[in-house]
Amino acid sequence: VLAIVRKIATANAEALRRMLAGDPVLIDVIPAHEAIAGLKAHRILHAGPPISWERMCGPMRGAVMGIAVFEGWADDLADAAVKAAAGAYIFEPNHHYDAVGPMTGMTTPSQPLLVVENRAFANRAYCTINEGLGKVMRFGGNDAEVLARLAWLRDCLGPALGRALKEVGGIALKPLVARGLTMGDEMHQRNVACSGLLLRQLAPALARTANDTKTLAQCLDFIGQNDQFFLNVAMAMGKAISDAARGIEGCSIVTAMSRNGTEFGIHVSGTGNRWFTAPVEMPRGLYFPGYTEKDANPDMGDSAIVETVGLGGFAMAAAPAVVGFVGGGPASQAATFTRSMMEITTANNPVWTIPSLDYAGVPTGIDIRFVVETGIAPTINTGIAHREPGVGQVGAGVVNAPLSCFETALVAFAETMGVA
Amino acid sequence: MAADNTYAPLEGGPNPAHNLADQGGQHPEQNLGQHLDQHPDQKPASLLNAAPRVINVGLELFALDLAANGAAVQHVQWAPPAHSNTRLLDLLSKLGC
Repeated sequence: VLAIVRKIATANAEALRRMLAGDPVLIDVIPAHEAIAGLKAHRILHAGPPISWERMCGPMRGAVMGIAVFEGWADDLADAAVKAAAGAYIFEPNHHYDAVGPMTGMTTPSQPLLVVENRAFANRAYCTINEGLGKVMRFGGNDAEVLARLAWLRDCLGPALGRALKEVGGIALKPLVARGLTMGDEMHQRNVACSGLLLRQLAPALARTANDTKTLAQCLDFIGQNDQFFLNVAMAMGKAISDAARGIEGCSIVTAMSRNGTEFGIHVSGTGNRWFTAPVEMPRGLYFPGYTEKDANPDMGDSAIVETVGLGGFAMAAAPAVVGFVGGGPASQAATFTRSMMEITTANNPVWTIPSLDYAGVPTGIDIRFVVETGIAPTINTGIAHREPGVGQVGAGVVNAPLSCFETALVAFAETMGVA
Repeated sequence: MAADNTYAPLEGGPNPAHNLADQGGQHPEQNLGQHLDQHPDQKPASLLNAAPRVINVGLELFALDLAANGAAVQHVQWAPPAHSNTRLLDLLSKLGC
Protein backbone atom coordinates (compact mmCIF):
# COMPACT_ATOMS: atom_id res chain seq x y z
CA VAL A 1 0.00 0.00 0.00
CA LEU A 2 2.81 2.38 0.83
CA ALA A 3 4.30 1.96 -2.66
CA ILE A 4 0.93 2.72 -4.21
CA VAL A 5 0.45 5.79 -2.05
CA ARG A 6 3.90 7.06 -3.04
CA LYS A 7 3.20 6.44 -6.71
CA ILE A 8 -0.06 8.38 -6.54
CA ALA A 9 1.60 11.22 -4.64
CA THR A 10 4.37 11.46 -7.24
CA ALA A 11 1.93 11.28 -10.15
CA ASN A 12 -0.37 13.89 -8.64
CA ALA A 13 2.54 16.21 -7.93
CA GLU A 14 3.54 15.96 -11.59
CA ALA A 15 -0.01 16.72 -12.71
CA LEU A 16 -0.12 19.75 -10.45
CA ARG A 17 3.28 20.88 -11.68
CA ARG A 18 2.02 20.76 -15.26
CA MET A 19 -1.27 22.53 -14.48
CA LEU A 20 0.45 25.30 -12.56
CA ALA A 21 3.27 25.68 -15.07
CA GLY A 22 0.87 26.14 -17.97
CA ASP A 23 1.50 29.20 -20.12
CA PRO A 24 -1.68 29.68 -22.17
CA VAL A 25 -1.57 32.29 -24.92
CA LEU A 26 -4.45 33.30 -27.18
CA ILE A 27 -2.70 33.27 -30.53
CA ASP A 28 -5.24 33.17 -33.35
CA VAL A 29 -8.75 32.66 -34.64
CA ILE A 30 -9.04 30.24 -37.55
CA PRO A 31 -11.79 28.17 -39.21
CA ALA A 32 -12.49 24.91 -37.41
CA HIS A 33 -11.67 22.83 -40.49
CA GLU A 34 -8.15 24.30 -40.41
CA ALA A 35 -7.74 23.90 -36.65
CA ILE A 36 -9.05 20.38 -36.27
CA ALA A 37 -7.85 17.66 -38.60
CA GLY A 38 -10.66 15.28 -39.31
CA LEU A 39 -13.48 17.75 -38.83
CA LYS A 40 -15.15 17.07 -42.18
CA ALA A 41 -18.62 17.66 -43.58
CA HIS A 42 -21.55 16.25 -41.62
CA ARG A 43 -19.43 15.83 -38.49
CA ILE A 44 -20.75 17.77 -35.50
CA LEU A 45 -18.78 18.15 -32.28
CA HIS A 46 -20.84 18.74 -29.15
CA ALA A 47 -20.42 19.41 -25.45
CA GLY A 48 -20.07 16.66 -22.91
CA PRO A 49 -19.47 12.93 -23.15
CA PRO A 50 -20.61 11.00 -26.25
CA ILE A 51 -24.33 11.05 -27.00
CA SER A 52 -26.64 9.94 -29.79
CA TRP A 53 -29.40 12.03 -31.40
CA GLU A 54 -32.02 9.86 -29.68
CA ARG A 55 -30.71 10.73 -26.20
CA MET A 56 -30.03 14.44 -26.79
CA CYS A 57 -31.98 17.00 -24.77
CA GLY A 58 -34.16 19.67 -26.43
CA PRO A 59 -31.65 22.52 -26.69
CA MET A 60 -28.91 20.18 -27.93
CA ARG A 61 -31.24 18.98 -30.70
CA GLY A 62 -32.18 22.56 -31.45
CA ALA A 63 -28.55 23.51 -31.85
CA VAL A 64 -27.82 20.48 -34.04
CA MET A 65 -30.70 21.43 -36.33
CA GLY A 66 -29.55 25.02 -36.51
CA ILE A 67 -25.90 24.27 -37.17
CA ALA A 68 -26.83 21.75 -39.88
CA VAL A 69 -28.75 24.49 -41.69
CA PHE A 70 -25.89 26.95 -41.09
CA GLU A 71 -23.38 24.53 -42.66
CA GLY A 72 -25.69 23.85 -45.61
CA TRP A 73 -26.24 20.22 -44.62
CA ALA A 74 -30.03 20.65 -44.42
CA ASP A 75 -32.64 22.76 -46.20
CA ASP A 76 -34.37 23.86 -43.01
CA LEU A 77 -34.73 22.90 -39.35
CA ALA A 78 -37.30 20.18 -40.01
CA ASP A 79 -35.11 18.67 -42.70
CA ALA A 80 -32.17 18.76 -40.34
CA ALA A 81 -34.13 16.88 -37.67
CA VAL A 82 -35.12 14.19 -40.16
CA LYS A 83 -31.56 13.81 -41.37
CA ALA A 84 -30.17 13.73 -37.83
CA ALA A 85 -32.61 10.97 -36.87
CA ALA A 86 -31.66 9.07 -40.02
CA GLY A 87 -27.98 9.12 -39.06
CA ALA A 88 -26.81 11.68 -41.62
CA TYR A 89 -24.56 13.41 -39.07
CA ILE A 90 -21.72 12.07 -37.00
CA PHE A 91 -21.75 13.28 -33.38
CA GLU A 92 -18.58 13.38 -31.32
CA PRO A 93 -17.46 15.23 -28.17
CA ASN A 94 -15.38 18.38 -28.51
CA HIS A 95 -13.01 16.92 -25.95
CA HIS A 96 -11.97 14.21 -28.43
CA TYR A 97 -10.59 16.94 -30.71
CA ASP A 98 -8.69 19.22 -28.30
CA ALA A 99 -11.74 21.48 -28.23
CA VAL A 100 -14.43 22.69 -25.87
CA GLY A 101 -17.74 24.46 -26.42
CA PRO A 102 -20.13 26.22 -24.05
CA MET A 103 -23.60 24.76 -23.33
CA THR A 104 -24.60 22.80 -26.48
CA GLY A 105 -21.04 23.31 -27.69
CA MET A 106 -21.61 23.03 -31.43
CA THR A 107 -18.34 22.92 -33.39
CA THR A 108 -18.49 22.45 -37.15
CA PRO A 109 -16.05 23.03 -40.03
CA SER A 110 -16.81 26.62 -41.01
CA GLN A 111 -17.05 28.13 -37.54
CA PRO A 112 -14.15 30.30 -36.39
CA LEU A 113 -12.27 28.92 -33.39
CA LEU A 114 -10.20 30.70 -30.77
CA VAL A 115 -6.77 29.10 -30.63
CA VAL A 116 -5.00 28.93 -27.26
CA GLU A 117 -1.48 27.58 -27.21
CA ASN A 118 0.02 26.28 -23.99
CA ARG A 119 3.58 27.39 -24.63
CA ALA A 120 4.97 25.47 -21.67
CA PHE A 121 3.91 22.14 -23.16
CA ALA A 122 3.34 22.94 -26.88
CA ASN A 123 -0.28 21.80 -26.96
CA ARG A 124 -3.23 23.74 -28.33
CA ALA A 125 -6.92 23.93 -27.50
CA TYR A 126 -9.88 25.45 -29.32
CA CYS A 127 -13.25 27.04 -28.62
CA THR A 128 -15.85 28.90 -30.65
CA ILE A 129 -16.40 32.66 -30.18
CA ASN A 130 -18.98 33.71 -27.58
CA GLU A 131 -22.23 34.75 -29.26
CA GLY A 132 -23.59 36.97 -26.48
CA LEU A 133 -26.59 36.40 -24.23
CA GLY A 134 -30.21 35.44 -24.84
CA LYS A 135 -31.31 33.56 -27.93
CA VAL A 136 -28.04 32.04 -29.14
CA MET A 137 -27.03 28.66 -30.49
CA ARG A 138 -25.16 27.55 -27.42
CA PHE A 139 -28.48 27.68 -25.53
CA GLY A 140 -30.36 25.90 -28.31
CA GLY A 141 -31.41 28.95 -30.34
CA ASN A 142 -31.60 28.30 -34.07
CA ASP A 143 -33.67 30.92 -35.88
CA ALA A 144 -32.57 33.29 -38.68
CA GLU A 145 -31.23 35.85 -36.21
CA VAL A 146 -29.04 33.23 -34.55
CA LEU A 147 -27.70 31.92 -37.86
CA ALA A 148 -27.06 35.46 -39.16
CA ARG A 149 -24.96 36.20 -36.07
CA LEU A 150 -22.96 33.00 -36.62
CA ALA A 151 -22.35 34.06 -40.21
CA TRP A 152 -21.08 37.47 -39.05
CA LEU A 153 -18.77 35.79 -36.55
CA ARG A 154 -17.46 33.58 -39.37
CA ASP A 155 -17.09 36.30 -41.98
CA CYS A 156 -16.19 39.41 -39.97
CA LEU A 157 -15.27 39.07 -36.29
CA GLY A 158 -13.35 35.81 -36.56
CA PRO A 159 -11.00 37.01 -39.31
CA ALA A 160 -10.62 40.41 -37.61
CA LEU A 161 -9.62 38.78 -34.31
CA GLY A 162 -7.22 36.48 -36.13
CA ARG A 163 -5.47 39.41 -37.82
CA ALA A 164 -5.24 41.39 -34.60
CA LEU A 165 -3.92 38.47 -32.54
CA LYS A 166 -1.25 37.68 -35.10
CA GLU A 167 -0.26 41.32 -35.24
CA VAL A 168 0.35 41.50 -31.46
CA GLY A 169 1.96 38.08 -31.29
CA GLY A 170 -0.75 36.65 -29.08
CA ILE A 171 -2.09 37.62 -25.67
CA ALA A 172 -0.80 35.89 -22.55
CA LEU A 173 -3.79 34.71 -20.56
CA LYS A 174 -2.31 33.71 -17.23
CA PRO A 175 -1.57 37.28 -16.09
CA LEU A 176 -4.82 38.53 -17.58
CA VAL A 177 -6.84 36.01 -15.55
CA ALA A 178 -4.79 36.82 -12.44
CA ARG A 179 -5.82 40.43 -12.81
CA GLY A 180 -9.41 39.53 -13.55
CA LEU A 181 -9.63 37.61 -10.29
CA THR A 182 -8.66 40.76 -8.42
CA MET A 183 -11.39 42.66 -10.30
CA GLY A 184 -14.30 40.40 -9.38
CA ASP A 185 -14.34 37.78 -12.15
CA GLU A 186 -14.51 34.03 -11.57
CA MET A 187 -14.31 33.34 -15.33
CA HIS A 188 -17.51 31.35 -15.69
CA GLN A 189 -20.59 33.44 -14.99
CA ARG A 190 -18.68 36.71 -14.48
CA ASN A 191 -16.22 37.74 -17.16
CA VAL A 192 -16.82 41.47 -17.26
CA ALA A 193 -13.32 42.42 -16.11
CA CYS A 194 -11.42 40.01 -18.33
CA SER A 195 -13.59 40.86 -21.34
CA GLY A 196 -12.68 44.51 -20.82
CA LEU A 197 -9.01 43.77 -20.25
CA LEU A 198 -8.88 41.66 -23.39
CA LEU A 199 -10.60 44.33 -25.46
CA ARG A 200 -8.20 46.95 -24.09
CA GLN A 201 -5.28 44.91 -25.39
CA LEU A 202 -6.89 43.97 -28.67
CA ALA A 203 -8.54 47.23 -29.72
CA PRO A 204 -5.45 48.99 -31.11
CA ALA A 205 -4.47 45.93 -33.14
CA LEU A 206 -8.04 45.50 -34.35
CA ALA A 207 -7.91 49.10 -35.57
CA ARG A 208 -4.48 48.74 -37.19
CA THR A 209 -5.51 45.60 -39.08
CA ALA A 210 -9.10 46.57 -39.94
CA ASN A 211 -10.29 46.47 -43.53
CA ASP A 212 -12.91 49.17 -42.99
CA THR A 213 -14.11 51.33 -40.14
CA LYS A 214 -17.69 50.08 -40.26
CA THR A 215 -16.66 46.49 -39.57
CA LEU A 216 -14.15 47.67 -36.98
CA ALA A 217 -16.88 49.54 -35.13
CA GLN A 218 -19.14 46.50 -35.27
CA CYS A 219 -16.38 44.30 -33.84
CA LEU A 220 -15.58 46.71 -31.01
CA ASP A 221 -19.26 47.14 -30.26
CA PHE A 222 -19.91 43.38 -30.21
CA ILE A 223 -17.06 42.64 -27.82
CA GLY A 224 -17.70 45.70 -25.69
CA GLN A 225 -21.37 44.86 -25.16
CA ASN A 226 -20.78 41.21 -24.27
CA ASP A 227 -19.76 40.77 -20.63
CA GLN A 228 -19.28 37.06 -21.27
CA PHE A 229 -17.01 37.46 -24.29
CA PHE A 230 -14.02 36.15 -22.35
CA LEU A 231 -15.77 32.95 -21.23
CA ASN A 232 -14.90 31.06 -24.40
CA VAL A 233 -11.29 32.27 -24.18
CA ALA A 234 -11.15 31.03 -20.59
CA MET A 235 -12.55 27.68 -21.69
CA ALA A 236 -9.93 27.15 -24.39
CA MET A 237 -7.35 28.24 -21.83
CA GLY A 238 -8.65 25.70 -19.29
CA LYS A 239 -8.57 22.95 -21.89
CA ALA A 240 -5.00 23.83 -22.89
CA ILE A 241 -3.91 23.78 -19.25
CA SER A 242 -5.65 20.58 -18.20
CA ASP A 243 -4.73 18.61 -21.32
CA ALA A 244 -1.08 18.93 -20.37
CA ALA A 245 -1.86 16.90 -17.24
CA ARG A 246 -3.55 14.03 -19.08
CA GLY A 247 -2.39 10.45 -19.16
CA ILE A 248 -0.11 10.35 -16.12
CA GLU A 249 0.01 6.81 -14.77
CA GLY A 250 -1.11 6.63 -11.16
CA CYS A 251 -2.64 10.12 -11.16
CA SER A 252 -6.03 10.62 -9.50
CA ILE A 253 -6.50 14.22 -10.65
CA VAL A 254 -9.51 15.18 -12.80
CA THR A 255 -8.56 16.51 -16.25
CA ALA A 256 -12.04 17.30 -17.58
CA MET A 257 -15.61 17.79 -16.35
CA SER A 258 -18.28 18.15 -18.99
CA ARG A 259 -22.01 17.81 -19.59
CA ASN A 260 -24.17 17.14 -22.63
CA GLY A 261 -27.52 18.02 -21.06
CA THR A 262 -28.24 14.34 -20.40
CA GLU A 263 -25.08 13.05 -18.76
CA PHE A 264 -22.22 14.51 -16.76
CA GLY A 265 -18.80 13.06 -17.60
CA ILE A 266 -15.29 13.30 -16.20
CA HIS A 267 -11.82 12.34 -17.32
CA VAL A 268 -9.13 11.36 -14.82
CA SER A 269 -5.46 11.65 -15.69
CA GLY A 270 -4.57 8.11 -14.61
CA THR A 271 -7.37 6.51 -16.60
CA GLY A 272 -6.67 8.37 -19.85
CA ASN A 273 -9.53 9.24 -22.17
CA ARG A 274 -12.14 6.98 -20.58
CA TRP A 275 -15.37 8.78 -19.70
CA PHE A 276 -17.03 8.21 -16.34
CA THR A 277 -20.62 9.39 -16.55
CA ALA A 278 -23.73 9.87 -14.44
CA PRO A 279 -27.11 11.49 -15.05
CA VAL A 280 -26.68 15.23 -15.09
CA GLU A 281 -28.22 17.35 -12.33
CA MET A 282 -30.54 20.35 -12.48
CA PRO A 283 -29.00 23.75 -11.68
CA ARG A 284 -30.36 25.71 -8.72
CA GLY A 285 -30.59 29.25 -9.89
CA LEU A 286 -32.39 32.42 -10.80
CA TYR A 287 -34.51 32.85 -13.88
CA PHE A 288 -35.06 35.67 -16.31
CA PRO A 289 -38.51 37.34 -16.15
CA GLY A 290 -41.19 35.06 -17.50
CA TYR A 291 -39.35 31.80 -16.88
CA THR A 292 -39.28 29.30 -14.02
CA GLU A 293 -37.47 26.09 -13.17
CA LYS A 294 -40.18 24.24 -15.09
CA ASP A 295 -38.66 25.71 -18.25
CA ALA A 296 -35.10 24.70 -17.40
CA ASN A 297 -32.97 22.09 -19.08
CA PRO A 298 -30.57 20.05 -16.92
CA ASP A 299 -26.92 21.03 -16.71
CA MET A 300 -25.02 21.28 -20.00
CA GLY A 301 -21.73 22.37 -21.58
CA ASP A 302 -17.96 21.91 -21.67
CA SER A 303 -17.59 25.11 -19.65
CA ALA A 304 -16.89 23.17 -16.45
CA ILE A 305 -13.35 22.99 -17.80
CA VAL A 306 -12.83 26.33 -16.02
CA GLU A 307 -13.74 24.71 -12.68
CA THR A 308 -11.36 21.88 -13.57
CA VAL A 309 -8.49 24.38 -13.44
CA GLY A 310 -9.72 26.18 -10.31
CA LEU A 311 -11.93 28.95 -11.69
CA GLY A 312 -15.72 29.39 -11.91
CA GLY A 313 -17.44 28.00 -8.82
CA PHE A 314 -14.04 27.16 -7.33
CA ALA A 315 -13.07 30.85 -7.47
CA MET A 316 -16.41 32.16 -6.22
CA ALA A 317 -14.66 34.06 -3.41
CA ALA A 318 -13.15 36.34 -6.04
CA ALA A 319 -16.57 37.24 -7.42
CA PRO A 320 -19.06 38.00 -4.66
CA ALA A 321 -21.20 39.87 -7.16
CA VAL A 322 -21.88 36.68 -9.08
CA VAL A 323 -23.22 34.75 -6.09
CA GLY A 324 -26.55 36.51 -6.25
CA PHE A 325 -26.71 36.29 -10.03
CA VAL A 326 -26.44 32.51 -9.92
CA GLY A 327 -28.79 32.20 -6.95
CA GLY A 328 -26.04 31.06 -4.61
CA GLY A 329 -27.19 33.14 -1.65
CA PRO A 330 -25.76 36.34 -0.20
CA ALA A 331 -22.45 37.74 -1.40
CA SER A 332 -20.97 37.04 2.02
CA GLN A 333 -21.17 33.34 1.20
CA ALA A 334 -18.78 33.58 -1.74
CA ALA A 335 -15.77 32.46 0.28
CA THR A 336 -17.60 29.42 1.60
CA PHE A 337 -17.90 27.96 -1.89
CA THR A 338 -14.18 28.37 -2.53
CA ARG A 339 -13.15 27.02 0.87
CA SER A 340 -15.38 24.02 0.32
CA MET A 341 -13.59 23.26 -2.94
CA MET A 342 -10.28 23.36 -1.08
CA GLU A 343 -11.43 20.15 0.60
CA ILE A 344 -11.36 18.21 -2.67
CA THR A 345 -8.32 19.71 -4.38
CA THR A 346 -4.61 19.21 -3.95
CA ALA A 347 -3.09 22.68 -4.22
CA ASN A 348 -3.69 26.40 -4.40
CA ASN A 349 -2.60 28.22 -7.53
CA PRO A 350 0.16 30.65 -6.51
CA VAL A 351 -0.50 32.94 -9.49
CA TRP A 352 -4.27 33.02 -9.55
CA THR A 353 -5.03 34.45 -6.11
CA ILE A 354 -8.08 35.91 -4.39
CA PRO A 355 -7.70 39.19 -2.47
CA SER A 356 -10.61 38.54 -0.10
CA LEU A 357 -8.96 35.29 1.04
CA ASP A 358 -5.73 37.12 1.89
CA TYR A 359 -4.46 36.18 -1.57
CA ALA A 360 -4.93 32.46 -1.19
CA GLY A 361 -4.71 30.75 -4.57
CA VAL A 362 -7.69 29.21 -6.29
CA PRO A 363 -8.21 25.52 -5.38
CA THR A 364 -6.63 23.44 -8.13
CA GLY A 365 -6.36 19.77 -8.99
CA ILE A 366 -9.56 17.91 -8.13
CA ASP A 367 -8.63 14.55 -6.59
CA ILE A 368 -11.32 11.90 -7.10
CA ARG A 369 -10.27 10.29 -3.80
CA PHE A 370 -11.12 13.44 -1.86
CA VAL A 371 -14.45 13.85 -3.65
CA VAL A 372 -15.50 10.29 -2.84
CA GLU A 373 -14.21 10.41 0.72
CA THR A 374 -15.84 13.71 1.68
CA GLY A 375 -18.95 13.49 -0.44
CA ILE A 376 -18.30 17.09 -1.45
CA ALA A 377 -19.16 17.49 -5.12
CA PRO A 378 -17.44 20.07 -7.32
CA THR A 379 -19.49 23.27 -7.53
CA ILE A 380 -20.06 24.62 -11.02
CA ASN A 381 -21.48 27.99 -12.00
CA THR A 382 -23.56 27.72 -15.13
CA GLY A 383 -26.06 29.24 -17.51
CA ILE A 384 -29.48 27.60 -17.79
CA ALA A 385 -31.01 26.78 -21.17
CA HIS A 386 -34.71 26.38 -21.92
CA ARG A 387 -35.61 22.72 -22.18
CA GLU A 388 -37.25 23.17 -25.59
CA PRO A 389 -35.27 23.66 -28.81
CA GLY A 390 -34.96 27.15 -30.22
CA VAL A 391 -35.70 29.27 -27.13
CA GLY A 392 -32.29 30.05 -25.62
CA GLN A 393 -31.05 31.07 -22.17
CA VAL A 394 -33.56 31.40 -19.36
CA GLY A 395 -31.35 31.87 -16.30
CA ALA A 396 -28.12 31.14 -14.46
CA GLY A 397 -27.33 28.98 -11.49
CA VAL A 398 -25.11 26.68 -9.50
CA VAL A 399 -24.96 22.95 -10.01
CA ASN A 400 -23.09 20.11 -8.36
CA ALA A 401 -21.24 17.43 -10.25
CA PRO A 402 -22.93 14.06 -9.57
CA LEU A 403 -20.90 12.04 -7.07
CA SER A 404 -21.55 8.71 -8.73
CA CYS A 405 -19.26 9.40 -11.70
CA PHE A 406 -16.42 10.07 -9.26
CA GLU A 407 -17.21 6.79 -7.46
CA THR A 408 -17.15 4.90 -10.75
CA ALA A 409 -13.90 6.60 -11.65
CA LEU A 410 -12.40 5.66 -8.29
CA VAL A 411 -13.15 1.97 -8.87
CA ALA A 412 -11.60 2.12 -12.35
CA PHE A 413 -8.60 4.03 -11.03
CA ALA A 414 -8.12 1.43 -8.30
CA GLU A 415 -8.11 -1.25 -11.00
CA THR A 416 -5.30 0.53 -12.82
CA MET A 417 -3.38 0.53 -9.53
CA GLY A 418 -4.03 -3.18 -9.02
CA VAL A 419 -6.00 -2.80 -5.81
CA ALA A 420 -9.63 -3.18 -6.91
CA MET B 1 -5.45 19.86 0.93
CA ALA B 2 -6.11 16.41 2.18
CA ALA B 3 -9.60 16.42 3.50
CA ASP B 4 -10.32 16.25 7.18
CA ASN B 5 -14.01 15.89 6.79
CA THR B 6 -14.79 16.34 10.45
CA TYR B 7 -13.51 19.90 10.35
CA ALA B 8 -16.45 22.22 10.25
CA PRO B 9 -15.89 25.74 11.54
CA LEU B 10 -18.84 27.97 12.13
CA GLU B 11 -17.88 30.67 9.68
CA GLY B 12 -16.29 30.46 6.30
CA GLY B 13 -15.35 26.86 6.83
CA PRO B 14 -14.72 24.30 4.16
CA ASN B 15 -18.21 22.97 4.34
CA PRO B 16 -21.14 25.25 3.62
CA ALA B 17 -22.86 26.27 6.81
CA HIS B 18 -26.26 27.80 6.78
CA ASN B 19 -28.08 30.28 8.96
CA LEU B 20 -31.48 28.83 8.48
CA ALA B 21 -33.04 31.03 11.10
CA ASP B 22 -32.34 34.12 9.03
CA GLN B 23 -33.79 32.55 5.93
CA GLY B 24 -36.88 31.01 7.41
CA GLY B 25 -35.58 27.66 6.30
CA GLN B 26 -36.22 28.56 2.70
CA HIS B 27 -32.72 28.74 1.31
CA PRO B 28 -30.18 26.18 2.42
CA GLU B 29 -27.32 28.03 0.72
CA GLN B 30 -27.42 31.09 2.92
CA ASN B 31 -24.78 32.26 5.32
CA LEU B 32 -25.29 31.35 8.85
CA GLY B 33 -24.01 31.89 12.24
CA GLN B 34 -24.99 35.50 12.74
CA HIS B 35 -27.20 34.75 15.75
CA LEU B 36 -24.39 32.85 17.40
CA ASP B 37 -22.06 35.75 16.85
CA GLN B 38 -24.49 38.21 18.32
CA HIS B 39 -24.04 36.83 21.84
CA PRO B 40 -20.32 36.79 22.50
CA ASP B 41 -20.65 37.70 26.17
CA GLN B 42 -23.19 35.15 27.24
CA LYS B 43 -22.07 32.65 29.82
CA PRO B 44 -22.89 28.91 29.82
CA ALA B 45 -25.62 29.46 32.39
CA SER B 46 -27.53 31.39 29.80
CA LEU B 47 -28.18 28.11 28.01
CA LEU B 48 -30.84 27.45 30.62
CA ASN B 49 -32.66 30.74 30.49
CA ALA B 50 -32.17 31.88 26.90
CA ALA B 51 -33.54 30.73 23.61
CA PRO B 52 -31.72 27.69 22.22
CA ARG B 53 -28.87 28.22 19.81
CA VAL B 54 -28.02 25.08 17.88
CA ILE B 55 -25.21 23.65 15.82
CA ASN B 56 -26.61 20.91 13.63
CA VAL B 57 -24.21 18.45 12.03
CA GLY B 58 -25.19 16.17 9.19
CA LEU B 59 -28.88 15.75 8.42
CA GLU B 60 -30.13 19.16 7.36
CA LEU B 61 -33.77 18.28 7.98
CA PHE B 62 -33.31 18.78 11.73
CA ALA B 63 -31.90 22.25 11.15
CA LEU B 64 -34.72 23.16 8.80
CA ASP B 65 -37.32 22.16 11.39
CA LEU B 66 -35.62 24.19 14.10
CA ALA B 67 -35.30 27.19 11.83
CA ALA B 68 -38.94 26.93 10.86
CA ASN B 69 -39.73 27.32 14.57
CA GLY B 70 -37.56 30.40 14.93
CA ALA B 71 -34.45 28.87 16.48
CA ALA B 72 -30.97 30.11 15.62
CA VAL B 73 -29.28 27.23 13.82
CA GLN B 74 -25.81 26.79 12.42
CA HIS B 75 -25.92 23.89 10.02
CA VAL B 76 -22.72 22.07 9.15
CA GLN B 77 -22.66 19.95 6.02
CA TRP B 78 -21.12 16.63 6.91
CA ALA B 79 -21.48 13.04 5.85
CA PRO B 80 -19.70 9.85 6.88
CA PRO B 81 -16.64 9.15 4.71
CA ALA B 82 -17.71 7.75 1.33
CA HIS B 83 -21.23 7.70 2.75
CA SER B 84 -20.17 4.53 4.62
CA ASN B 85 -19.93 2.55 1.37
CA THR B 86 -17.67 -0.28 2.55
CA ARG B 87 -16.28 -1.10 -0.88
CA LEU B 88 -15.34 2.50 -1.55
CA LEU B 89 -13.88 2.86 1.95
CA ASP B 90 -11.73 -0.21 1.34
CA LEU B 91 -10.48 1.19 -1.98
CA LEU B 92 -9.81 4.59 -0.45
CA SER B 93 -7.71 3.03 2.30
CA LYS B 94 -5.67 1.16 -0.32
CA LEU B 95 -5.27 4.37 -2.34
CA GLY B 96 -3.92 6.41 0.53
CA CYS B 97 -6.99 8.04 2.08
